[in-house]
Amino acid sequence: MTQVLVVDDSAIIRKIARRILEDLRFETAEAEDGARALDCCAASMPDAIFLDWNMPVMDGYEFLRELRKMPDGAKPKIVFCTTENDVAQIARAMHAGADEYIMKPFDRHIVQSKLEEIGLV
Amino acid sequence: MRSDLAALAALLSDRIGLAVDEGKHQAIEMRLQPTVAAAGLPNVSELVHRLSKGGDPALLDRTIDAMVTCETLFFRDRKPFEALRATVLPRLREARRAERRIRIWSAACATGQEPYSLAMLIDEQQREFAGWRVEIVASDVSAAAVAAAREGRYSQFEVQRGLPTPLLLRHFQRDGEAWRINDHLRAHVEFRRANLIDEFGRFGRFDIVFCRNVLMYMDVERRRDILQRLSRVLADDGYLALGAAETVVGISDEFEPAPDCAGLFRRKTPASLRMAANS
Ligand SMILES: C[S@@+](CC[C@H](N)C(=O)[O-])C[C@H]1O[C@@H](n2cnc3c(N)ncnc32)[C@H](O)[C@@H]1O
Repeated sequence: MTQVLVVDDSAIIRKIARRILEDLRFETAEAEDGARALDCCAASMPDAIFLDWNMPVMDGYEFLRELRKMPDGAKPKIVFCTTENDVAQIARAMHAGADEYIMKPFDRHIVQSKLEEIGLV
Repeated sequence: MRSDLAALAALLSDRIGLAVDEGKHQAIEMRLQPTVAAAGLPNVSELVHRLSKGGDPALLDRTIDAMVTCETLFFRDRKPFEALRATVLPRLREARRAERRIRIWSAACATGQEPYSLAMLIDEQQREFAGWRVEIVASDVSAAAVAAAREGRYSQFEVQRGLPTPLLLRHFQRDGEAWRINDHLRAHVEFRRANLIDEFGRFGRFDIVFCRNVLMYMDVERRRDILQRLSRVLADDGYLALGAAETVVGISDEFEPAPDCAGLFRRKTPASLRMAANS
């Protein structure tokens, strides 16, 4: 089964994202910050990561840098999630190695569409 | 059965080919409430009365706007776009290398996502198309849809459906809470208002026609008629794209599924027509 890790410091967002992903028949896991997310990845590398970009402990860039150093760390597709809609920020994140971006709040249609984009649906 | 609603259903069928089941007449009334209110009319019966008398094209336009389904998204269904990218466009570049000209028609373009997706696809192959004229014509019967398409302004929700982020960054600019398509892409698409029920031969010949998710709202006779006329504007070696749930099978003798392009149709060749006649 395809695994998606949801990384977000908001418990509500994690819950919503997991519910949508599970409806779409993905196996999900969650982490509330980048450091814990790296632990999850070390235990089991997911196929995709829904990544909040502005997390308190370790932000999206730092997380991605660390992730890509791990064995198998190139595998997950990264969908970065943000509440901002700033072109420069989106461009920076894409440049840093994200595959897609999604703006919060999102719904099932958007999540499905983004997963199609990265080839998981 | 209410005669006013039946008259309205008949009018919609006549004008835009919209087939409304008798069981759904009540739904028309619901759907037209805002139009009735905006026109300052007391009820739908009065609207029907005005429309039947004729002489108020603006009211008819607004009724049509309210009745059509404009649901669409960028790169809808993917497959036809992939077939274009991988097979159809390279093939047409070969076949048209003398005239260096390709014409594409999005025949029910709704709010523009489809023709702009086509324009983005052509842009992606701009190196291969250097020195070519690739025309994209987009039309719809709904005046409101065509106006929105021309405007090219999309909500966050709309740009998140079907549009890959790299293309969003390449072709759109932020515009308040929304996104606006860049001028060079907008200038690539020629928008028109056109009803598929009416004669469209004056648009000229096309190499590719996208006529997706519009015939499904019509009865079989209309579909057959439109497909037949489409076959006359499509080049012999051109391609027709229909919606994922639509087909020519059992409706049209002019087209057959294109063997190597999922979701696309070709005109039947004289050879395949002869075979069909003999069998
Ligand atoms: C569901 S949308 C399809 C949009 C796009 N082709 C797609 O597949 O996503 C259907 C569109 O067909 C248009 N339409 C309905 N009847 C039509 C007619 N008789 N002539 C031209 N367009 C028509 C509607 O206005 C609407 O915008």
